Amino acid sequence: MGTTVNKLLSEKSIKELNRLKGLYPVRKSVVLMVLHVIYDQFGYIQPEALKEAAGIMEIPLIDFHQAASFYTMFPREAVGKYHIQVCRTLSCELRGSQELVAFLKEKLEIDMGGITSDSMFSLTEVECLGSCGTAPMMQINDTYYENLTRARVEQILDDLRSKSGNG
Amino acid sequence: MADFEKILFKNIDFPDQDKIDIYIKNGGYNALRKALDSMSPESVTEEVIKSGLRGRGGAGFPTGRKWTFLPKDSKRPVYLTVNADESEPGTFKDRELIEKDPHLVIEGTLLAAYAIKCGQAYIYIRGEFAFGARQLNKAIEEARAKGFLGKNILGKGVDIEIIVHRGGGAYICGEETALLTSLEGNQGYPRVKPPFPAISGLYSAPTIINNVETLSNIPYIINKGAEKFSAFGTAKSPGTKIFCLSGHINKPGNYELPMGIPLRELLYEYGGGIKDGRNLKAVIPGGSSVPLLTADKVDVRMDFESLAEAGTMLGSAGVIVIDETVCMVRAAYNLARFYQHESCGQCTPCRQGTYWILAILERIERGRGSLKDLDKLLEICENIEGNTICPLGDAATPSVKSTIHHFRDEYEYHITEQKCKVSMGPRFE
Ligand SMILES: Cc1cc2nc3c(=O)[nH]c(=O)nc-3n(C[C@H](O)[C@H](O)[C@H](O)COP(=O)(O)O)c2cc1C
Ligand code: FES
Repeated sequence: MGTTVNKLLSEKSIKELNRLKGLYPVRKSVVLMVLHVIYDQFGYIQPEALKEAAGIMEIPLIDFHQAASFYTMFPREAVGKYHIQVCRTLSCELRGSQELVAFLKEKLEIDMGGITSDSMFSLTEVECLGSCGTAPMMQINDTYYENLTRARVEQILDDLRSKSGNG
Repeated sequence: MADFEKILFKNIDFPDQDKIDIYIKNGGYNALRKALDSMSPESVTEEVIKSGLRGRGGAGFPTGRKWTFLPKDSKRPVYLTVNADESEPGTFKDRELIEKDPHLVIEGTLLAAYAIKCGQAYIYIRGEFAFGARQLNKAIEEARAKGFLGKNILGKGVDIEIIVHRGGGAYICGEETALLTSLEGNQGYPRVKPPFPAISGLYSAPTIINNVETLSNIPYIINKGAEKFSAFGTAKSPGTKIFCLSGHINKPGNYELPMGIPLRELLYEYGGGIKDGRNLKAVIPGGSSVPLLTADKVDVRMDFESLAEAGTMLGSAGVIVIDETVCMVRAAYNLARFYQHESCGQCTPCRQGTYWILAILERIERGRGSLKDLDKLLEICENIEGNTICPLGDAATPSVKSTIHHFRDEYEYHITEQKCKVSMGPRFE
């Protein structure tokens, strides 16, 4: 193991992995936290990076694969640069989440589960995100966007587009 | 309006309350100091027992009593696990505590750890709460720098570490034994009880699991004493409670109020009434897993006993407000989809039952149901209840049963007319 040449993991990720090493009395406990490190860097569970991380942590790769197949918040394949997750559970539906989804599909010209052709945005629906009092809401990457209206959604999409310099 | 003192949200909107200097200025860490200066772990537990505090995670089990289930003089380390998984639809209270007043959560955790002689506590926070996890980690480092956490706390020879552990977006991991399995690095499947976690929990060692809101009450109880705490609320449900208002209400949000507040007061005085002046149809009072109350029941009091008498539960106190325009078949379908998605699949009655409930409701939704489907739905519910390892199965049935019970006419209309009896219309502005 110790001989792995690291290619994909960023310095920040490696630093975090080293912090996590030895943190728990039983080594395997760290599995979910390692998936978070990969997810934070890549936005999905990048398989080669996961291999590197498993090597650093000295934990069998299979343990990570098993966890990744159970825990739904980690995409297994590349998603858009901005991954939009709309809450569809009751409190959000009562405040118009279905219409929010329709609006996003129209604005981004993609279907549920799709990615825009420039790979900028991807769209999915998820279950309750613990933000029911500020419905309707969506999560984009790490961030919650709450109390959404049509005007606010347009603003958010525009801001993200211009942040990436794609006007 | 209710006359009481805020225990949990006293400083929630104070500017920079999440920073340790402000938290201390507002009286923070006095309870920890008091406990370490002048109270034994046993007397902290005693005070919590006397307060009558009951778990805020859903089941309402007396907190102090739970702590006494730990074996005396365990040779194994004792663990404390704080349940910050908050995934019950309609519930968003722990998140506000964690994000805005993280030191309150940390101080409560430290006090509980001291009481049960635990040197290593874990806060299991749902994976999506990235900001919450950052807030907690920042609070932990600030507390460590001031000597409130880590080795030899306040020079009193007590060592307590706290690790923030992030989950992966699975509702089932809020169930306490699944939480432990997940924390051990495995797929989050619940375990058979007994053994109870207090005897054999995390890494097979004695473990206490408590909810974030539960533990956030402890600093007040230690500072002011059990009597002050139990002066609020009812005799059997003492203290205050955070009620999460969502759905068709004018002022959705979290409200800390005394236990036993009438639902009517909560909805109309605090929540500002039903959105857009429409009429109330139903309320789910304790998160999506409890039976609904029809509009004529709004005078019920919001505490464990009163809601049980009314045929439902306080649960997580996620109060979902449903107005007259909502099709109850659609509402039931929405929640059935949630439970089918979140069933871990371990127990056949739950895995297959939630699948068939969803399939039948979807059929009715699409206008292809038959009247026999209603009895079939109730039969499936019966097959799930009591036949699973964990209570997720039992949590999936109340929305189905209570909508059929109270709104059978809407189901029948849906089946015979092939459409909703009422329509919500546009709600996204
Ligand atoms: C399916 C399911 C999900 C649960 N989710 C949570 C949760 O998100 N947060 C929580 O504190 N308790 C949750 N619970 C309750 C826990 O199992 C446990 O009773 C609670 O954490 C104990 O803490 P308390 O005594 O302080 O309430 C859940 C239970 C079940 C059956
Ligand atoms: S129902 Fe959407 S955040 Fe809870």
